[in-house]
Amino acid sequence: MAAVVLAFLFYAFVVSMVTNGNFEWGVVRQYMTDPRILRGLLLTLELTASAMAIGVVLGVVLAVMRLSPNPLVSGAAWVYIWFFRGTPVLVQIIFWYYIGSLYPHVSIGIPLGPEFTQVNVQALITPFLAGMLALGLNEAAYMAEIVRAGILSVDEGQTEAANALGMSRLLTMRRIVLPQAMRVIIPPTGNETISMLKTSSLVAFIALADLLYTATIIYAANYKTIQLLIVASLWYLICTTVLSIGQYYIERHYARGTRGRQRAMQDFWLNMADLRPFAGFRRDQSGPPL
Amino acid sequence: MTPMVKAEGVHKRFGKLEVLRGITLEVQPGQVMCILGPSGSGKTTFIRCINHLEQINSGRLWVDGELVGYRQVGDELHELPDREVARQRTRIGMVFQRFNLFGHMTALGNVVEAPIRVKKTPKDVAVRSAKELLTRVGLADKFDAYPSQLSGGQQQRVAIARALAMNPKLMLFDEPTSALDPELVGEVLDVMRTLAEIGMTMIVVTHEIGFAREAGDVAVFMDGGVVVESGAPDEVLVNPREERTKSFLSKVL
Repeated sequence: MAAVVLAFLFYAFVVSMVTNGNFEWGVVRQYMTDPRILRGLLLTLELTASAMAIGVVLGVVLAVMRLSPNPLVSGAAWVYIWFFRGTPVLVQIIFWYYIGSLYPHVSIGIPLGPEFTQVNVQALITPFLAGMLALGLNEAAYMAEIVRAGILSVDEGQTEAANALGMSRLLTMRRIVLPQAMRVIIPPTGNETISMLKTSSLVAFIALADLLYTATIIYAANYKTIQLLIVASLWYLICTTVLSIGQYYIERHYARGTRGRQRAMQDFWLNMADLRPFAGFRRDQSGPPL
Repeated sequence: MTPMVKAEGVHKRFGKLEVLRGITLEVQPGQVMCILGPSGSGKTTFIRCINHLEQINSGRLWVDGELVGYRQVGDELHELPDREVARQRTRIGMVFQRFNLFGHMTALGNVVEAPIRVKKTPKDVAVRSAKELLTRVGLADKFDAYPSQLSGGQQQRVAIARALAMNPKLMLFDEPTSALDPELVGEVLDVMRTLAEIGMTMIVVTHEIGFAREAGDVAVFMDGGVVVESGAPDEVLVNPREERTKSFLSKVL
């Protein structure tokens, strides 16, 4: 019964959107491929990709550091995660944008000693670089915890077997532990990427023309506010969908050697059904709770 | 002749619990030593000390004349850097109770991994000898199978091949058949028997009295972190001198 009511409400909602002339779908279609919007989309994608790359690489390093037996090494990683998770990412973006006024010049050398080379920070830190650094360094703190959970999920016997074969700590991590941790790491990383796609719109605060900011600039001039927000949202949805499909294939790759391949497939469809309005539908599908 | 393994007063504590309370023994090259004893007697801990998976608290342990895990300077022991410990371990093969095969690699991948990555053996050479080893343990048709597609007995045979691929001088077996269904125990013991026959030095922690009597050169009975008695298997396991050995055997047989 609930399903029928939901289906009807959904139907009524779609019909109202299509027939209501105020939505001006023609305007939406026109702006979907507007060069400014496409440039903004490209910037959003570049920002997301580079920030996630920094986040993943640095996150793995931090996770391995956190698990180090050396208290100084694990402590340093802990402090990093504490700081970058504990302050708003917006503050970090603005901070990196203004780093040039805090440290106009950075010289490489020995403090209070000889100086080898000097870098002009103000010229070096472009808004894009500031946004990328802030989002990437912030993401690394979250990725570190995700990777750490993945590493801890791998049976200790795997490490022992590798050690007994004479493999070094680094080799064991790279060849034995991380590949098996991937199964646990990938799904939340997919979440993080999708979240980054949208969080990256905070760079509007440093006047970087990403997808959302471009849309706001355009509607500030022509007052087609809702239409342009729909344009931006549709592009976000399209990117999210593509990412979800990519995630499915990556998960399938790392499910090698497990019986979980088919399960990964089911999970994918369940995830697809996990768009909020359908959350109840998903529960119905999995049968009664045990 | 240098003994393959020499232990002198080996002590090991986990927190306040003293698991090993002075183990002294020798294993000669080519010998097969079987260690028996109730659970908690320290036998597994002892063989894990031999390849430094556990650090010892006092005493000395040598493999092939080389101090394991430590460097002696005067009277003091300094722990070796990880790289040196890893090098020592390449000479010692280990087979675990729960197989511990690398789950994301095929049987062949498991066997060639360490020779290629650690010993830098050329890939084609490593693959050829890995296939030979897997064939010898009776798995010629399972090169591309993942561990999850193999039975326990097959997994343990892959694990033995994986350890042998490093050309070890010494093989350690930690209850290699304890996690197996009874009908699969035989196939693993057969492989171990063949290994013993070709002269591999082996230390086997086991509850298989039959195997110890047949393939073992020395039987050691441990209890409470000490060696209670040791000697020829037919003496220790058939006519034990010590009461504790007798009562253990009467429960096992």
